[in-house]
Amino acid sequence: MTQTEGLFNRLANPTRFMSIAAAILPWLTGVTVILFAVGLYLTFFVAPPDYQQGETVKIMFIHVPAAWLAMMGYSLIAVSSIGSLIWRHPLADVSAKTAAPIGAVFTFLALVTGSLWGKPMWGTYWVWDARLTSVLVLLFLYLGLIALWQSIEEPSRAGRAAAILALVGFVNVPIIKFSVDWWNTLHQPASVARLDGPAIHSSILTPLLVMAAAFTCLFFVLHLKAMTTEILRRRVEALRMTQVARAAAE
Amino acid sequence: MSAFWALVRRDLRLAWREGGAISTTLGFYLVVVAILPLGLGPDLNLLARIAPGVLWVALLLSALLSVDRIFHNDHEDGALELLALGPLPLELIVVAKALAHWISTGIPLVLAAPVLALLLNLPAEAFGVLLLTMATGTPATSFLGALGAALTLGLRRGGLLLSLLILPLFVPVLIFGVSAINAVIIGPSPFLPSYLILAALTLATLALTPFAAAAALRLNLQ
Repeated sequence: MTQTEGLFNRLANPTRFMSIAAAILPWLTGVTVILFAVGLYLTFFVAPPDYQQGETVKIMFIHVPAAWLAMMGYSLIAVSSIGSLIWRHPLADVSAKTAAPIGAVFTFLALVTGSLWGKPMWGTYWVWDARLTSVLVLLFLYLGLIALWQSIEEPSRAGRAAAILALVGFVNVPIIKFSVDWWNTLHQPASVARLDGPAIHSSILTPLLVMAAAFTCLFFVLHLKAMTTEILRRRVEALRMTQVARAAAE
Repeated sequence: MSAFWALVRRDLRLAWREGGAISTTLGFYLVVVAILPLGLGPDLNLLARIAPGVLWVALLLSALLSVDRIFHNDHEDGALELLALGPLPLELIVVAKALAHWISTGIPLVLAAPVLALLLNLPAEAFGVLLLTMATGTPATSFLGALGAALTLGLRRGGLLLSLLILPLFVPVLIFGVSAINAVIIGPSPFLPSYLILAALTLATLALTPFAAAAALRLNLQ
């Protein structure tokens, strides 16, 4: 416990965080590139086409990791929000703010690839399937968070307001998921093609897991980079403010 | 507790004497419901089928239109800061003001719904359920709205932002409100489960949102 607390506190120093991030980023970027190379190779040359869906099944290798990361991104924001509300951890704020656009893009990617997959499978780009609908609501939650960040000028106030909203949203995500499932079974029982054929074979599962790992690394590369950029942006802002104050004093 | 009820009474009196706000909200509800058949065509069977959903969605939009008033005026004239300095905890201030909003706006909207249901040819046996589910669900909309109002207090374009923040949170209330009414009209699923979940959603909202809204208010009053 003390060890994790120590790490937690050491990371609270932005300069130290910057140096750690600078040390990790090249390695993480390299791992991401390798994982993507392996994952894409497996996807296109090793994974067999589905006997029913043909080559379109390969959309899954992008779609499923994106959907996972959409959920993970929101969970990361919620955890960071707890950190910024309870401990006023200076980096938790930065982490929550920068994770929101990245998570929103992955959510959007999951929706777009799902829709493109739906066209050959279901014959239409959009069905009000329970999963699609709840991911759509998740995208709305992300957009609300980003909009709140942009509307409040003072960063510390914006951060705490967004943290409150993020936690309320996090409590609501399972409730929304549950109600959309209920709504869906009520409105269209089993009209949507079910994808649960036989259990997933390892020739599909392995590329999927590699792609999921690649996407996760990509998320953290983008997140770390965005965090360092945000810290630098705040420093520039602070420098500019002191400059203005000095000029006014003279 | 007397301070709590005094605050509720004060807010109700203000809402009553302002007058305009409640009638505007009701007028909005009427216009939204009335304009939909103009877009969808006058087929009474179709209207009867979609009536529960239309009435609920329009009610949520009307409620949304009015919630930013919950804290706005008191914030502008400084009354909110005085209230925060007073003996009543901020959480209870939120409860009092959301409750007053529900009584002054939620209840009139619920009472207007059956009249509008006539326009949409809602089956007669559904009127009681309509009133019951709406009376059960609207407290949740007032409390969630109070949370949105607290978060967007004092912001430019706060009203638009509030809709973006709060409408996704209305989704469960909407789904179970409509499904409880549909259970009576169409079946085959029973009425009680949907209704009980709706009631549970409202109770959970009443229990939890005051804390989040009070935290947001504290932030904005610093």
